[in-house]
Amino acid sequence: MSAPVVTGLGVVAPNGLGVEAYWAATLRGESGIARITRFDPSGYRAELAGQIDIDPGAHLPSRLLPQTDLMTRLALIAADEALADAGASPRDLPDFAAGVVTAASGGGFDFGQRELEALWSKGSTYVSAYQSFAWFYPVNTGQISIRHGMRGPSAALVSEQAGGLDAVAKARRNLRSGTALTLAGGVDGSLCPWSWLCLTRSGRVTESADPRRGYVPFDVDASGMVPGEGGALLVLEDPGAAVERGVTDIYGSVTGYAATFDPRPGSGGEPGLRRAIELALADAGLEPGGIDVVFADAGGVPELDRQEADALVAVFGPRGVRVTAPKSMTGRLLGGGGSLDLATALLSLRDQIIPPTVHLDRPAFAAELDLVAGSPVRTSLTHALVVARGHAGFNSAMVLRGDKELES
Amino acid sequence: MPHFAIDDLITLLRECAGEDESVDLDGANVRDLSFEELGYDSLALHNTVNRIEREFGIRLPDDVVTEAKTPRELLDEVNLRLKQTS
Repeated sequence: MSAPVVTGLGVVAPNGLGVEAYWAATLRGESGIARITRFDPSGYRAELAGQIDIDPGAHLPSRLLPQTDLMTRLALIAADEALADAGASPRDLPDFAAGVVTAASGGGFDFGQRELEALWSKGSTYVSAYQSFAWFYPVNTGQISIRHGMRGPSAALVSEQAGGLDAVAKARRNLRSGTALTLAGGVDGSLCPWSWLCLTRSGRVTESADPRRGYVPFDVDASGMVPGEGGALLVLEDPGAAVERGVTDIYGSVTGYAATFDPRPGSGGEPGLRRAIELALADAGLEPGGIDVVFADAGGVPELDRQEADALVAVFGPRGVRVTAPKSMTGRLLGGGGSLDLATALLSLRDQIIPPTVHLDRPAFAAELDLVAGSPVRTSLTHALVVARGHAGFNSAMVLRGDKELES
Repeated sequence: MPHFAIDDLITLLRECAGEDESVDLDGANVRDLSFEELGYDSLALHNTVNRIEREFGIRLPDDVVTEAKTPRELLDEVNLRLKQTS
């Protein structure tokens, strides 16, 4: 079974809209984390986020605006970019040849809040009929499917930050079952008072007001995470089908994946992360030494950072592999975070350069982790491992190989 | 007596459901094209009918969304109610 290839990318991130703008900002170490401006965050326990502001009318037809949350608008923008990048027009493919698999954390919170406000302040006749789906967690899959005529096997996954990898893994399974092309990944986030209340009550969001030091995973001063908006969508294709379509240039292949679940809290069992990494390596047929760079989950909560450092040391040995966390520039994008890391890893493999972790002033795991900090590192790269953990026990790991040309 | 005209309907359709790029809502024969041809599905009409009911203080039958196939049929239904309530 040949590994599925990635033929197109679409990125929306707090530090850059579009693949190349995001990648350039990431290599420059530019952060998109700042105080929330969409609403007044004073009065909440946290105020930093990776917010994305767009003029939706400049990107999408007016027919879609009254029926979409920002989360969906961003996903549609990323889908347009990814399909164009792949040179794919799903409508020209056989009717059920192309599908969509997206990850989400909750749904269109901002849209939902607005309609609930209308319901309680004015009455039911003021609630938009689009509330029936606009808030719903699979809405991005549905809207992308409709916009691009992608009627093949489709799905939506909810496993918090692990979802960004799990969606791509589900797409891989669909390709194995005969689907030619699948657009997969996550684009999440709709910052609004309702979602902010839910997020900040998780206890994992930093209360720091300093954009530079709020989200500093693997740092002595780690105080929690900063949530962000955005993510990435990947065009995955069966290599044979891609050749048939005339594709020659690719970003790489998905060669390994595994997902595990943490033991019951309080049971004292080892977190499932190490097992997820080992199983993903086995799936890829690689020894740990075959991995050139790890894109860390980087929880930003001291206990989570410790668990991840332990797992990486258990698999790779102390400072046994280069590790980076470019999400220190975007915040954690919930369902979109893992997918953005996949896109970033593929760009890293393409350009043979590891983007930095920013603002790591006081490394807490200097003996354990060889973190690329401050500025990018040019080096020879063949395989990247992306690690993602989702709140409530989800662990996923995915191995990517940086192939430039499609073997026909 | 208030009257609901085609321009009023088009304004509300645009506000409630946007506008399909490939359709000319200002075209001469827009009254007799089907809502489907104009790019509006049943949810778009639900939103628009809700707005009409609120703005004019009338109540339209629940099945108007499926029964009224064209702007002309919806206009007739709305104006009938306006006549009855005035």
